[in-house]
Amino acid sequence: MPAISFQSVSKSYDTPRGSFQALDGVTFDIEEGEFFGLLGPNGAGKTTLISILAGLVRASAGQVVVHGHDVQKDYAQARRQLGVVPQELVFDPFFTVREALRIQSGYFGVKNNDGWIDELLSSLGLADKATANMRQLSGGMKRRVLVAQALVHRPPVIVLDEPTAGVDVELRQTLWQFIARLNKEGHTVLLTTHYLEEAEALCNRIAMLKTGRVVALERTSELLKAASSNVLRFKLDGPLPPQFEGKARVTGRIVQLPAHDAHDIERHLAVIREAGLRVEDVEIRKADLEDVFLDVMKEREVLA
Amino acid sequence: MSGWQTLLYKEVLRFWKVSFQTVAAPVLTALLYLLVFGHVLADRVKVYDSIGYTAFLVPGLVMMSVLQNAFANSSSSLVQSKIMGSLVFVLLTPLSHWSWFVAYVGSAVIRGLCVGLGVLLVTTWFTDLSFAAPLWILVFAVLGAAMLGTLGVIAGLWAEKFDQMAAFQNFVIMPLTFLSGVFYSIHSLPPFWQRVSHLNPFFYMIDGFRYGFFGISDVSPWLSLAIVGAAFAVIGLLAVHLLRIGYKIRG
Repeated sequence: MPAISFQSVSKSYDTPRGSFQALDGVTFDIEEGEFFGLLGPNGAGKTTLISILAGLVRASAGQVVVHGHDVQKDYAQARRQLGVVPQELVFDPFFTVREALRIQSGYFGVKNNDGWIDELLSSLGLADKATANMRQLSGGMKRRVLVAQALVHRPPVIVLDEPTAGVDVELRQTLWQFIARLNKEGHTVLLTTHYLEEAEALCNRIAMLKTGRVVALERTSELLKAASSNVLRFKLDGPLPPQFEGKARVTGRIVQLPAHDAHDIERHLAVIREAGLRVEDVEIRKADLEDVFLDVMKEREVLA
Repeated sequence: MSGWQTLLYKEVLRFWKVSFQTVAAPVLTALLYLLVFGHVLADRVKVYDSIGYTAFLVPGLVMMSVLQNAFANSSSSLVQSKIMGSLVFVLLTPLSHWSWFVAYVGSAVIRGLCVGLGVLLVTTWFTDLSFAAPLWILVFAVLGAAMLGTLGVIAGLWAEKFDQMAAFQNFVIMPLTFLSGVFYSIHSLPPFWQRVSHLNPFFYMIDGFRYGFFGISDVSPWLSLAIVGAAFAVIGLLAVHLLRIGYKIRG
């Protein structure tokens, strides 16, 4: 039985400008114990898909099943399996950190949970904040509390919706160490993130969404293999030659071009020479997930 | 504690932590009403022969405080947590719509009774109250608070902004409360307005509540109980239905 099963999930919203299709027949399974990455540009439908999973939004068609429990018909059992860290930095200003965690435990009917709460607090670097009011915490600390709140009932499936957006390096480290540990202990993890290097480092399998459809669904290693194996990276002191339009990834002066072999590299450099441009800091590196991502978003047709 | 008990506890803790604003302030407001209206009208208004105006006024003020604060509790909690986004912590739980209903209405009843008791305690300094039928007092206080707590749930689900909430409170709840006979007996009204008042369910709550103090009322307490009970059943089912479908809280 898969940990999460998305079955032909569609969602359309009525807007003043007509119907908007946020998700269109999304189908895939996440197996127990996987560390799964859900990637896609803004507006691809990642958060909508996770909201349907969490029961915050109802699908227009299709169904989502968590450990055998339909998220609509059998919502109570499905939600017990899920620990969801919302994307928005929300908090209840009336309570201290410990109160918030005790209350969250109580909603799930978990009694005498202080042992586990203490463990969560220390694992997330919150031990000295237990009696602080939520209002007094910095953004990063609030984010940690959100993670702790999602885990109070020891859910087998952990869902993180862009947990590291706008978060400092230290918290990202703490968070990923902790989540990786939970994954090793058998928890299934579903993660959406904008930081592709995080997905590359952590996720064993990845789905990419584009305008509400799955455009890639593969093991991370396969995705990386499928991409152009090398990337030529250099700084350019003039305008980009027209031959590179649409192929190059440009960040200010830095230009990155996919290159399969030495011949490709020679050809790229020849183009630049003929254009009379000068390059600096030439570097050849292995393709990473970001290259794959841009590649897939640009070219690949929608999977069936 | 089970899930719904935790939500009830959380909702009570929420208002109790700011009790200066949620309990003490409305008690002071009611006291001001009593001092001003009681002083100005004591010699001019005679409602029942055996009862002075100040004594007549006290149960009305107590009930008005119970109703307004019960409404304020559930409605402001829902609107605030919707706007702040913290409602998501409850939305993610396995709690059923019945659990939501019992917890939000239950905490509204508790807040209403706390304020009502506070008003009763401070106003007893100013008048001698009788307690002719204490059970009726309790029945109407609880039922009235539950009714307004339920209306608060509906308004809290419906409102997306604080000004919509304020509109509901100022244009629905306040007129219904003020025109229900808090400050007067509807027998003092012209016949047309008497009939209009009989269409206001809030009138029966206050009339039945007052019966518990004086053993006298404009209509039979049984009739009031039947009408308030029926109104609560209808409004309650509506609220449970809205919670079940996640009206304006689940997309």
